[in-house]
Order: sequence, then C-alpha cells, then structure tokens
Amino acid sequence: MTVRPLLSVRDLTKRFGNRVACRDVAFDLWPGEVLGIVGESGSGKTTLLNCLAGRMTPDTGSVIYDSNASGLVDVHGLSEARRRLLTRTEWGFVNQDAREGLRMGVSAGANIGERLMAIGERHYGEIRRTATDWLGRVEIELDRLDDRPTDFSGGMRQRLQIARNLVSNPWLVFMDEPTGGLDVSVQARILDLLRGLVENLHLSAVLVTHDLGVARLLTHRLMVMQGGRVVEDGLTDQVLDDPQHAYTQMLVSSILPV
Amino acid sequence: MPDIPIQEAAYNYAYLDEQTKRMIRRAILKAVAVPGYQVPFGGREMPLPYGWGTGGIQVTAAIIGRDDTLKVIDQGADDTTNAVSIRRFFARVADVATTTRTEEASVIQTRHRVPETPLKEGQILVFQVPIPEPLRMLEPRETETRTLHALSEYGVMQVSLYESIARHGRIAKTYNYPVMVNDRYIMSPSPIPKFDNPKLDRSPALQLYGAGREKRIYAVPPYTPVKSLDFDDHPFEIETWSESCALCGSRESFLDEMIVDDTGKRLFLCSDTDWCQERQGEHQGEQPQEEPAK
Repeated sequence: MTVRPLLSVRDLTKRFGNRVACRDVAFDLWPGEVLGIVGESGSGKTTLLNCLAGRMTPDTGSVIYDSNASGLVDVHGLSEARRRLLTRTEWGFVNQDAREGLRMGVSAGANIGERLMAIGERHYGEIRRTATDWLGRVEIELDRLDDRPTDFSGGMRQRLQIARNLVSNPWLVFMDEPTGGLDVSVQARILDLLRGLVENLHLSAVLVTHDLGVARLLTHRLMVMQGGRVVEDGLTDQVLDDPQHAYTQMLVSSILPV
Repeated sequence: MPDIPIQEAAYNYAYLDEQTKRMIRRAILKAVAVPGYQVPFGGREMPLPYGWGTGGIQVTAAIIGRDDTLKVIDQGADDTTNAVSIRRFFARVADVATTTRTEEASVIQTRHRVPETPLKEGQILVFQVPIPEPLRMLEPRETETRTLHALSEYGVMQVSLYESIARHGRIAKTYNYPVMVNDRYIMSPSPIPKFDNPKLDRSPALQLYGAGREKRIYAVPPYTPVKSLDFDDHPFEIETWSESCALCGSRESFLDEMIVDDTGKRLFLCSDTDWCQERQGEHQGEQPQEEPAK
C-alpha cells in the first residue's frame, strides 16, 4: 500500500488588501512527520498556519487533508459544520497564548473534557477519569483537576492546552509558537513533553516558531519563510547546518551563542 | 376602575396595532414550526418596564381574542402585583374574561412557574423570558451562539454542568435548567424551577416564550419531547421536600418556604395558589383544617 500525504497544500496565497501575507506555498506533510515553519515576525508564518487549519480562507490554492473518517477532503471546500467537526476531532490547535485556547472560567478537568462532551460523551465519571489520565500525561499534579487555569502558571496553562487538544486523539496538530513567552526551563520541559507525545501517539504536526532551537529539537523538516514566500525547505539538520539561502544563513547566524 | 368600552378607547383591540400583531403572529408561527429556535421579532415598547413581562404581554396580545379566558400567574400566584396588573390590563384592552383557575383558562401567561394542574389540549402557556439565550453566560458573542445553535455544537453547555458537579458534587442549577427540544435545539425554559421541567415534556398545551428586551420568540408545540440535560451517572432530578404544604397538605407540589415570625419559625406553602385553594376546597369537611403554625 502506498503512503499518502496527510496534508497536501498547493499554490496557497493569502492577501490582505494589497499586502500579500503568503504566496504560492506548496508542500506535503506525511503521516508521523513534524514540519517546522520558521521565519521572522511578519513573514506570514501564522497566516499560513491559520489557512492550513481552516481558520482563515486563502485567496487561491487548496489544502487537501486525508481524513481518517471520510477520506480525502478539501479543507476549504467543506461545509462549516464538517470543518468544525474535523477541527475538534481529528485536529488540534495549540495557541501561543494559552488563554486563547483554554476556557479560563472553568476547571482544568472541564477544559480537558470539553472535546469529549462535544462529541457526545455523557458519563461524568468517565470524562473525569480521562481528564485525570491526561493531566498526568502532561505532568500536572492530579489534585489540580478541579482548579481553574487562572490559578495555573504559564507553563502549566500551556501543558493544559496541549492536553485539551490531544484528548480526542487527533492525527494532526497545529502549533503556533507553543513555547513562546515561557522561560527557558519551562520551555525545555514542554519541548520534552511534546517530543514524547508526538513520538508515542504518532502525531503529525505543523509547528510555527521563530526559535531555531525549538525547530531543531522537534521538527523533522523545515520551511523557511521570508516576506510570505518559502525561500528554503529541507530536512531540519540540513537546513540549519548547511543553509543555502542568504536569508536562512542570516537566521542561523543570528542565534545567540550560550 | 370604570369600564371603558373598547370601541371608544384610544387603543386598538389588545393594545397593539394590527400590523404589529400580524408581525408577532408570523414570528410565533415560525417558532412553532422550528421548536426551540429563537425567532427575532420587532419588539415594541410596552406600558411597563423591561423585565416585568413585556415579551409575554406582546405574545399574549397577539394571540388573544374576545372568547378567550386569561389567567396570569407570577411565581405561581394569581394575586401578586405583576399578575394582577397584567390580568387587569388585558381585561381592559382586550375585553376578555379572566380567571384564576387553571382548568378554565385558555391562555395562561406565566412568570417563573408552570401550573401544578396538568394542562390540556387547546390551552396556551405564555412564558415571560428575561434571557432567551441558554448559552449566554458561557459564550458572550451573539454571532458565536447563533453558530453553535446552527451547527448543534453544544459541548459547552455540558461543560457548565460538568463544572457544577466538579464544584458542588451534583448539578447545582435549580432554575432556568437547560433543555434539549425535539433533539435539536438547546432552549432556556425561562427561570422556572427545574421542578417544572418534566411538565414541559410532551405537554398537550402549546408553549410560547416571549423575551421583550432581547426581542426573541420561541415555542414548544404540543407533544414535543423536551429533555433536561444531564450525565448518565448524574441523572436529572427535581427538588423534593420533607415537609408538606401547611394549608392544603400537598406533598407533590412546589413549596415556598416562608419565615413567619421574628424567631425564625418556618412554614411551607404551595407556590401555586390556585392548586392550593382547589385542594383546600376538596379537603373541607373531610378533616379539620390545620391551623397555620404559630
């Protein structure tokens, strides 16, 4: 059996008025692969991610997803109902700011359980058991199950957001700077956690980051964006150790040595 | 109050002009056709403040006719200010007979209760609704709540029940308890106690809900399934009392707790005054009437 790409992007262009946010982006994401998108602020990384995840509609181009439930689907051709169902069952989306991805007014358990309840789980004890299990997997103390995310530290909120997304066993997770704004030791823990989860759950992921260190740790393949275009792509080690494009060379040489 | 013949009065029959009533009737028809769906309508200024029943009054005004008999209750009672004023209002502007007896009424406008006496086919129950959107406290954006209804995405409602159990050990919501209508729309039953929720399910009477401030009408047609939301392991339950009504001895009705003196003596009474009086009438002669506790 031939392996099909999980996500297939062709000629994707998104404009805001006369400004082009991303232009003619095309790539395939294979099952189990983690793709990094790097570039400086304003290079169109987040816009691209939003277009991929169905949160924004691109002006031209297509995003084809190989759905587990319904075969090949055109993400932007789906009805809103089906797209939303897809995003809360087979996909996950981790925001940079955990407050955007969490319900801050309800407990950690309810946050994790929301997806389960949205797809019809109606057994309180079962939901709670699953939530407890996931709390453990993202290394949050189990007695914090009934605490609200407002009482959590930044790192814990981010881990909670990850658990909330992974509870429905998604195939594909979009991550927008998941470690941005966290201090380095917390970053390291989250990276460690993500690496383990991606490995164990055979997740595919698209990760947007400006931090090349994060990209090197987590991703298999890298796309470098500048001014809305993909200027270089290849295996992560190859791109970072032997950058070909002038912009990539500049990016790599800008990493601060410790 | 002197009776002014309708023909000479300055108002149209039933206060609202005919065009407005037709507009409201169209909204009601749509609401009945799509049970539980909130239909926007052009709410009018009424001669009483928002929150006092402007939505219910407009619905009643649109459906009432000269051969109707109107009953108005507020918190189950026929004799509270709101109930008395609205009843008198319609007696004057719509020339209808009024009653306090549930059985005799063809239209019952209510706030906070469903009568204890089972309703019959042909009766219409008009609810006054303060906040028609059941998801409002969970999702403040109107555009988003409409999308959630349209796509039947109700996970967030269940989240609020989960949260209640996590915090209180049980579903602590006691009034305005969310219901699923006809397996499609989640609906706010207005602030009736959850005790009354089972009476909405497959009721032979037509239920109309009017929200004046937010200008929404929704409806539950007769015999429509109305299910109170719950969890498999935390099923929906209604309130129970260990006491019985001090006046009629009822054990199956919704009881109000009253403090009757300055030493904190308590008394439990039926909230539905008509039900209570009917029962007191039945029991007269059978047993000596118990004196209210001193």
